[in-house]
Amino acid sequence: MRFFRQSLTVAAKDLRSELRNKEALNASLAFALVILLLFSFAFDPTAETTREISGGLLWLVFAFAGALILNRSFARELPNDCLDALVASPVPPGALFLGKALANLALLVAVELVSLPVFGVFYNVRWADRFWPLAGVLLLATWGLTVIGTMFSALTVNLRLRELMLPVLVYPMIIPALMAAMQLTTLLLAGEPITGEQFIWLRLLVAFDIIFTALAVALVETVLLG
Amino acid sequence: MRQKILYGLILAAAVWLLRNLFVILLALPDEAAQGAIYRIFFFHLPAWFTCFTAFFAAGAASVLYLVRRDARYDAFAVSAVEVGVAFTAIGLVTGMIWARIIWGIWWTWDPRLTWAFITLLVYVGYLMLRRATEEPAERAKTSAVLCIFAFTSVVITYKAIDWWRTQHPGAVLSFRTGGGTIDPRMEATLFHNWFALLLLAVALLLLRMRQELAQREIDALRRRAHAL
Amino acid sequence: MVTLAVENVWKYYGDFPALRGVTFSSGAGACLALLGRNGAGKTTLLRILAGLSRPSRGTVTVLGRPARDPAVRARVGVLGHGIAVYDELSALENLVLFGRLYGLADPRRAALAWLERTGLDHVRDSLVREFSRGMRQRVALARALLHDPDLLLLDEPFTALDDRAIALVQSRLRDALAAGRTVVMSTHQLREALELATHVALVSRGRLVHFGERTEAMLADPGWLYRRYGEA
Repeated sequence: MRFFRQSLTVAAKDLRSELRNKEALNASLAFALVILLLFSFAFDPTAETTREISGGLLWLVFAFAGALILNRSFARELPNDCLDALVASPVPPGALFLGKALANLALLVAVELVSLPVFGVFYNVRWADRFWPLAGVLLLATWGLTVIGTMFSALTVNLRLRELMLPVLVYPMIIPALMAAMQLTTLLLAGEPITGEQFIWLRLLVAFDIIFTALAVALVETVLLG
Repeated sequence: MRQKILYGLILAAAVWLLRNLFVILLALPDEAAQGAIYRIFFFHLPAWFTCFTAFFAAGAASVLYLVRRDARYDAFAVSAVEVGVAFTAIGLVTGMIWARIIWGIWWTWDPRLTWAFITLLVYVGYLMLRRATEEPAERAKTSAVLCIFAFTSVVITYKAIDWWRTQHPGAVLSFRTGGGTIDPRMEATLFHNWFALLLLAVALLLLRMRQELAQREIDALRRRAHAL
Repeated sequence: MVTLAVENVWKYYGDFPALRGVTFSSGAGACLALLGRNGAGKTTLLRILAGLSRPSRGTVTVLGRPARDPAVRARVGVLGHGIAVYDELSALENLVLFGRLYGLADPRRAALAWLERTGLDHVRDSLVREFSRGMRQRVALARALLHDPDLLLLDEPFTALDDRAIALVQSRLRDALAAGRTVVMSTHQLREALELATHVALVSRGRLVHFGERTEAMLADPGWLYRRYGEA
């Protein structure tokens, strides 16, 4: 219990820090909107074919915009050696990791929830009637993205080329989660229900989340100790 | 002594591969439906198996490194990954050549090719991380953790692509003769090349390990010289 | 009561031994001044004591338990090179945060008390980003002492401080020592440290070449120890 309370303390701290100056949040949001715009030139928004790739487009936007937020995760602890103070505190590294991941989840979901209506408007896609299942997929897939991104943020925190390395490392690894998210989102946006055959993608997302969360919590202490 | 074992392995692998090449190129007949190009499969399939074995070994070595903190496990891990990446590349290139001849296109979203490409990116990321980290203990530790994640990811991706393929059926590179069964001589040759390539992989890995450990010793001596 | 026991600690970075067979112990009320040239291994040793790093060989026991034990970390205070507080949060927010992380029953009350003791209660709601260097050091000190730790680890606490700040650090440390706490501090500021120290240790190239009580000779001539071991 104390583990989760400590996680929440860390999450609250990260969110308060980010919301104070909103640097990463604004950058991420701006980037998402720019990509949506650029995609509208690459893919004709009115065509029927665009509907078929709507899920794919959306998740590409989320993945790219999300990297900006995930990168900051452990990097924000570097000024003043705050990371040392956190690791030296009684908080277990697993709780520290989970707290940061939760904060990232909140920030990423915020960007997604703003991007979704914009996407709906630009591409004339109706999402409001499928909102709750869509939100479920958003949460599951974003958690997968967040867990990997936060973990690799810890892994690369001491590197000079951190901002370059993080996307290079994260994107190939989250492909299964992205695939599942894209499939499910395209289905939902097309107004179709998720039938038996498609449940496999849901199961993939859940398995991905569980496996990598467990792996990350188990290994984060090794990464953070010098 | 160790040197002799290494040379012995390399020699054995070379001889075996030469023998296999002879069989593959000269002794075996053309395949009914595909013509001569099917022979590339004797390299395409084993390459895939070898790379997977190498990445599994690297993952195991990484776990052992984190438990024991012995530099030799780290040297093994990086050597195994490099050998694995080399064989993944071989798998990709042979697959592309095959696809070009048979279907006239350079690329196909065949599950194995797709997986190989993703895997290549994942482990190239590993090699980039190693390059970017200068301190040897830090490098060994972070790349070990990454290697564990990488192998897990590669296994999950394999399953995911399988499911994706059932939704988007497409060309599949498979070693099947025109009828559907494999000529026993071809099957035997497949296994022969399989093991010959594995032997080669082991030889390369040992060679690389030796070089890695020697490099570490040089770096340590250099640091000691600076400190004095 | 032995607060801190270090037993044959070695630390390797790759093949480079940063610490070699370091062994010593300290008890309640002891103040250990850790001396040594740059690169000798002082910071490495302090980081291991703080639980930021694991020794390659040997053991570190704090209050009878391993250094990484969460119960132990709640009783240890660390003041490193960086101030380890968040620029974008206020002094009060920072201290309340660390109070919570250290499991204090009433983080806010402890935070306010320490802001007063370090003379910062008039700027408690200002962001740390706006503080002067001396004020930043005072927040750092408050953070390190907030949870009333039994063991205090300080890495060059007097560096770049003015007289008033130095006096503040010294007086807070004296209070802690009088209350039976243990202090280990590495320093280049020999005079200020030796005034407080009860014991002195010299680290040279990873080895502990001297460990003993602080003598009057050392107080009178701070450089004596360095010269004795050929480090001058």
